[in-house]
Amino acid sequence: MSQDNNRDAAWRVALRNAKTAKERTATPRVVMPQLNPDYRVTCNEEVNQGLSAEQALLEASRCLDCPDPQCMQGCPVAVNIPGFVKNVERGEFLEAAAVLKNTSALPAVCGRVCPQEKQCESRCIYNKMKKQPVAIGYLERFAADYERKERAEHPVEVQRPVSNGIKVAVVGSGPAGLSFAGDMVKRGYDVTVYEALHEIGGVLKYGIPEFRLPNSVVEAEIDGLRSLGVNFVKDCVVGKTLSYDDLHSLGYKGVFVASGAGLPRFMGIPGENYIGVMSSNEYLTRINLMGAGRQGEDTPVLKGNRVAVIGGGNTAMDSVRTARRQGAEVAMIVYRRSEAEMPARIEEVAHAKEEGVQFMTLCNPVEYLPDEHGRVRAMKIQRMELGEPDESGRRSPQPIPGAIEEIPVDLVIVSVGVSPNPLIPNAISDLEVSRRGTIVVNDATMQSSISDLYAGGDIVRGGATVILAMGDGRHAAQSMHDALSR
Amino acid sequence: MNKIISKEHFSEHVVKLVVEAPMIAHSRRPGHFVIVRAGEGGERIPLTIADADTERGTITLIVQEVGVSTRKICALEPGEFLTDVVGPLGQATRIEKVGTVVCCGGGVGVAPLLPIIKAMKEAGNRVISILAARNADLIILEDEVAKYSDEVIVMTDDGSAGRKGLVTAGVESVIERETVDLVVAIGPAVMMKFVALTTKKYEVPTMCSLNTIMVDGTGMCGACRVTVDGKTKFVCIDGPEFDAHKVDFDEMMMRLKSYSI
Repeated sequence: MSQDNNRDAAWRVALRNAKTAKERTATPRVVMPQLNPDYRVTCNEEVNQGLSAEQALLEASRCLDCPDPQCMQGCPVAVNIPGFVKNVERGEFLEAAAVLKNTSALPAVCGRVCPQEKQCESRCIYNKMKKQPVAIGYLERFAADYERKERAEHPVEVQRPVSNGIKVAVVGSGPAGLSFAGDMVKRGYDVTVYEALHEIGGVLKYGIPEFRLPNSVVEAEIDGLRSLGVNFVKDCVVGKTLSYDDLHSLGYKGVFVASGAGLPRFMGIPGENYIGVMSSNEYLTRINLMGAGRQGEDTPVLKGNRVAVIGGGNTAMDSVRTARRQGAEVAMIVYRRSEAEMPARIEEVAHAKEEGVQFMTLCNPVEYLPDEHGRVRAMKIQRMELGEPDESGRRSPQPIPGAIEEIPVDLVIVSVGVSPNPLIPNAISDLEVSRRGTIVVNDATMQSSISDLYAGGDIVRGGATVILAMGDGRHAAQSMHDALSR
Repeated sequence: MNKIISKEHFSEHVVKLVVEAPMIAHSRRPGHFVIVRAGEGGERIPLTIADADTERGTITLIVQEVGVSTRKICALEPGEFLTDVVGPLGQATRIEKVGTVVCCGGGVGVAPLLPIIKAMKEAGNRVISILAARNADLIILEDEVAKYSDEVIVMTDDGSAGRKGLVTAGVESVIERETVDLVVAIGPAVMMKFVALTTKKYEVPTMCSLNTIMVDGTGMCGACRVTVDGKTKFVCIDGPEFDAHKVDFDEMMMRLKSYSI
């Protein structure tokens, strides 16, 4: 961070003194402009429209520029939050974006998909005043979007870092891989990212729908990395197309594995293999990556009039809202706990409700029933009640004896989590893997049991967030750089 | 982008393509498959690798026109490109010397069978190959198969080539004649189902290679799942080869119709 953005920088002191705390706290939190629910279920346009400059300036002025900013403690990568927010307040939007980029490789992505209400915003001093926290996520998105548009209109010549001639390989082009690649290319490494699919971006492309994260935002970030000199190789499965030994023969001195969570979990209940029961990975990949249902795209996807999505996480919300956009008359979330225990972001739950999604909480499917072609026609639901808290701290759901009912459905999307993909662990014999199948790393360095192999993101965590994956990429880049500089 | 080096028509709807893919050619083993996409907007479909030439850096694919995507692939000419080819995927075939191996190929199933026949022969097995199809026009790769087989039996539904009858009759005649240690069956699901039922009667271990619907081919989507021995397996990473006596072929055939009912 440049000296200029410190809390005791003259501009920041002046800005702090320009308004009293009372004036600042009297301003209500900005409301994100969003598309009308009736319209947005007819298309794939981004729901949140982003703040105007006026809204951003006003919202940024709510921040009290605390001497000990707790928001930063809530951020997994410790973004200099007051540093960027105060730059927004003084109208230095590009500088705000620069502050963000010091710690976050993909601020336009994080500003959209981070669970801020559980992270930075949950620690905001406003919560203690029983007021709504500063909209840090909206401001992050604003600054990142401003910079992207500005750079598109007024491109600046990218200074390629001076090469140190050392080759490093990245396995997977999702958030962890991209953030690692960005950090290493800036340090002068010759970085090549290998992606198994035919598009770069990993879960940001195949998983998160366009109405939440437009592909153009992801593309801009990838183009940025490309212009810095990162090489991207698609259609290449490390562990299959290229072995770990092949990577060595190609001259790579370090490998960062960020191959993602991989395998969708199923529940193992009767009827789960009937036609029309599929994983959220399959459903979202067909639609987001393969463009199923769009003109000129060959990939088909099953449509349903009555769609049940099993699960309560963000992927479940993405799936159920996608089902509405695919024309489902009834799209429902079936979740075995109550709404309070749902892991999905509050905003996603709220958006889903606005879009007419029904919530069947304290319900668990126990069986699917087919029609004469083997396509699902109904599900048997077991009603649940909450018992004592389980090891995750959430109250565990218990079946209510005899409370089983049959509900007609013609499409079921199973979104109950993922297991690590065994492809890489199986392909590298000495790699230490946990019982769950995740790659074991040193938490501080992200180094695996093989000295030149680092790993991060969901292949280590088993299923986490974009920001944690990015944080892993950064940490791995730092420690691989340290090791290679020795 | 992968260049088509050469193309040969086996029959009106079956073509052989030799495709430039040096890294895949270098890494593939018998039993592996690739995911192929023809054109932007193309579907990702799995195709088993029929052969590879590491020196020329090519792989051989044998494709039967059955739908939109295979029609696009079959229409490609030498010098043109497949948009994406990714692999080799799946588990390679376990090749070992077991004694006598009967390899049954149904229709274009002979293509993925050929590298297995070759490898089984090279491992020192006595190899009896049974090629089966509806009619003589659909019998492919007979000469190549013959090169690596101790005996080749051709079966056609209409008797236009070889013996008239189903593949199961051919398998049964060999099993009744001599000791068979392993049967490998690759072809349409219904053919593999009946080969498995036949060999089960004689308790001859039988392996099959499944070609299910896939999207990514790396374990991510689960579209390819099948029930094997009562458990759900993913063809793309657990297979494509399984113990044919344990595969729920009826469920597999039902799921293959996911997009055609």
